[in-house]
This record gives sequence, C-alpha cells and structure tokens, in this order.
Amino acid sequence: MLCERCQERPASVHVTRIINGDKTELYLCQECAREIQPQLNFSIPQFLAGLLDYDPELEVKAPPAAERCPECGLTYEQFHETGRLGCPECYHHLAPRLDPLIRRIQGSSQHRGKVPRRAGGDLRLRREIENLRARLQQLVQQEEFEKAAQVRDRIRDLEGRLGKGGSSQ
Amino acid sequence: MSLNLERNSKWMEGSGPQADIVISSRIRLARNLKGLPFPNLMNSDQQARVVSQVSGAIQAPMVFQAVGELKLQPLRALAPEERQILVEKHLISPDLAAAGGEKAVVLRDDEAVSIMVNEEDHLRLQCLLPAMMLHEAWRLADAADDALENELDFAFDQERGYLTACPTNVGTGLRASTMLHLPALVLTRQAGPVLSALTKVGVAVRGLYGEGTEAQGNIFQVSNQITLGRSEEEIINNLSAVTVRLADQEREARELLRKQSRWQLEDRVGRAYGVLTNARILSSQEALQLLSDVRLGAEMKIIRGLDQRLLNQLLVRIQPAFLQFSAGKEMTPQERDVYRAAMVRELLAG
Ligand SMILES: [Zn+2]
Ligand SMILES: [Zn+2]
Repeated sequence: MLCERCQERPASVHVTRIINGDKTELYLCQECAREIQPQLNFSIPQFLAGLLDYDPELEVKAPPAAERCPECGLTYEQFHETGRLGCPECYHHLAPRLDPLIRRIQGSSQHRGKVPRRAGGDLRLRREIENLRARLQQLVQQEEFEKAAQVRDRIRDLEGRLGKGGSSQ
Repeated sequence: MSLNLERNSKWMEGSGPQADIVISSRIRLARNLKGLPFPNLMNSDQQARVVSQVSGAIQAPMVFQAVGELKLQPLRALAPEERQILVEKHLISPDLAAAGGEKAVVLRDDEAVSIMVNEEDHLRLQCLLPAMMLHEAWRLADAADDALENELDFAFDQERGYLTACPTNVGTGLRASTMLHLPALVLTRQAGPVLSALTKVGVAVRGLYGEGTEAQGNIFQVSNQITLGRSEEEIINNLSAVTVRLADQEREARELLRKQSRWQLEDRVGRAYGVLTNARILSSQEALQLLSDVRLGAEMKIIRGLDQRLLNQLLVRIQPAFLQFSAGKEMTPQERDVYRAAMVRELLAG
C-alpha cells in the first residue's frame, strides 16, 4: 500500500488521529509520519515551560519561594504548568518572574496599541498626540502645508486637555 | 432563539481583493473583565455573570449602531454536533465546543461578527470577512470593541495593555490571520521552505482548522505571533504584507506550472473534477484534496463557470458534523462518505 499522504513511498506507519472529534486512520511512510508528528504534539503550555527551563539566567535570578497572586491564589508554579494566568491581577503580583518571560515571547514589555477610553484618560490622549505628530511630519514632507496646519492645531488642542482627565471626543 | 446552523457565512462569499488565493481574513481581539478570575479559574456562578454582562452589553444602542444586531447563544443549549458545526464554520474554537459550563457564542446574522464568551478569555471578539480584507475587518472589530468597552469594564494596564489569560496574547490582544489556498507552492515543493521562513519574521503558520492541524486541501492560515509592543495598525500592515507576498509567490508558482507542465496540470484538474462529479464514496480527506485541485483549476481559469462561493461553502459542507446535520440523522463513517459524494455531485452539477 502506498502512503496516503504523499502517494509516493510505501506506507509503513499506522497513525490514528482525532481532528475535531473525527477519527482518521492513516497509513503513512516514515517521512510523512515524521513530518506530521511534531505539529500534533505542539502545545503552548509546554512551549512556555520549555522556554523557562532552558534559561539558566532566569533560574538564578528567580526568587525561590512560591509567589502567589493574593487575588486569585494562583502560584507561579501553577502558571508554569498550565501556561494560563488566573486573573488580571496576576500580571502585577507575579511580575518579577512573569515579566522576563513576557519580554522573551513578545520581544517587548511596553504596550503601544489601542487604549480603552475608560481606563485610558491621559494615556489615550498622549497616544493620539503621538500619532498626530507622526502624521504632521509626513504632511510636512509631502509639502501639504494646509493640512499640516490643521493637524498642528488639533495637537495643540489635545495638549491643552492633558492633565484635565478629558476625553478625546 | 433558533440558530440557523446551515446558513452561509459572510467569509464564504469568495469575492474581494486577492480572492483567487486568499479565502478569508480574520481579526480576533481578546478582552477580559476587571475584578474576575480568567475563565479557567471561574466557578459557574462567575461564568454565568460574564454571560449575562455580555448579553446586556450587546443590546446597548451604541453596540447596535457600531455593528448591528447581535444575538447570544448559550452553548449548553446546543447538542455536541451543533457546536461542532460552529467549529467547522470557523466561528468557535474546538476547545470552546468541547467545554462544559456556562459558555456562549454571540453572532451577527451574517456571522462576520462573533464573540466567544468564556473561552480562554472572557471575550474573544472576532470579525471574519472574505478575501483579503484585514483592514476592513480591523475597522469593524475596533468599532465593536469601542462600543462594548462603553458597557463593560475591560482589564487594562498602561504598560502591558489588555490583560489576557495567556501572556502570548497580552498587549493588543490582537490575532490577525488570513486563510490562503497555496496548491502551486505545495506542488512545486516550495511551501515548506517558504512557510518556515515566515516563522522567523514573527508569523505563525497553521492548517485549515488551526493549531495542531495539518494543511488539508493545501489551505494554510498565517497569523501574527507578537501581540505586545506594536500597534494594531503595525501588526495588521505586517500581516497584510506577508499575505500579499505569499499570494504573489503562489501566482508565480502557478505560472511556472502552466509553462512547464501545462498538460499535467490540466490533467490533474480535469481528473479531480471528474472524480468529484462522479464518485460514489468520498472521504473528507480525499474531498479536500480534490476540491483543492478543482479550485486551482477555477482560479487559473482552466475550468470556467465554477463559483468561488460554492467552493468555499463546500469546504464546510463536506465536514463531518455539517454533513450529519444536513442529512438529519447520525451516520457511520462509511455512510457519511456515501452521503458526502452524493452532496458534492449534486452541488457541483448546479
Ligand atoms: Zn508519504
Ligand atoms: Zn491572579
């Protein structure tokens, strides 16, 4: 029998897979079986745990005691096992060990995206001013001075509202 | 509420930019409510509270103005096969379908806007559009998020952004993805090297049904890996660039096939069409492969008059749960293969 995947090499491995609750039996060649196996075994928690295990620097720096989030009771060890935090407060309480991990997987530790109006306050204004400044530069380079002047006025207007807890609307 | 499970989703429309290669575009935002544990640590009272808060929020006038009417469907009211259809239509995750407890899905009638409630995060807002429409999907998701935020108190931190159950989503909580049909890259054996190169620029590659599934029917999903430290626009621009680049590469491979092995290519397409329109037994695996060949033929104008929309619908209609549901009875795998062949024959005959 030929391998059901590549239809080229003889099948020598029998693989049972369950995808979306549908059980499939596959007869594969060695090569195809090898190709699909790692994908089947991938899991985020194991991947995260792996990242930590291979970092000698972090082992040394990490405090030995089991920190616990007072809000939900999750310990860092439990996070390490499941890859899931317990509550939003975990980010704050488990920060000493969590932040280096976040930096490693995200390559950054500072949010630069959207800011909710409600929690945002000044931050939302500042983010909007930053974006407008970039736009202003662009317009000046393109010699679109009329539009640039409008943007500059808008920036001044927003800057005037900083510190007054005003919304950008 | 009676949910029409068999209706077609917006993403199946098959028209729009790059529709000859890009099947659909998706924006997903992870959001959590302040003052509650994440779903994995919630008891059923707390879970029910989240469901009822979301249920209230989607009825707010601002939400209606932003995205139109949304309806909430508790998952416990659906049979396992019915939930599985929502998975097959890419509206909920396999994890949510399998979970017990107080879970729900919110849907707009065209299924372009949906929210998974109490999956890994309290809310997973999703906008799913046909073809290459990532920016349009983002505008829709952004508007829905603004309107929901007016009603719900989202967990947010100035440094870390939106707080999520898994640190791989923290920051923007944004996962942008596109689903592409790349048969010529696979046939010319470029898919492996091209796709593994993508992982080096922060792009994840998966199969038709997400994590841990193989690329069945030459369909691949690409998505951003990093969610923190970049703005939503940057993340989306980056993924758009990658998607367009992949589509170009696929087009080049198609032209190469046309030049170098025209008869083999047309033979392959013609045979696939012949089998699909005549077979009496079809496994889902075989059907997906043959549909890929026929789709390639349609996209390269080797076969004319085949509707891209029908091909997209077939991707979902041949899946086990959908098949069983439209047959209206439980079937053994053998019976399913016979029913699948009959359904494909009928739909392709038009
Ligand atoms: Zn093989
Ligand atoms: Zn916690």
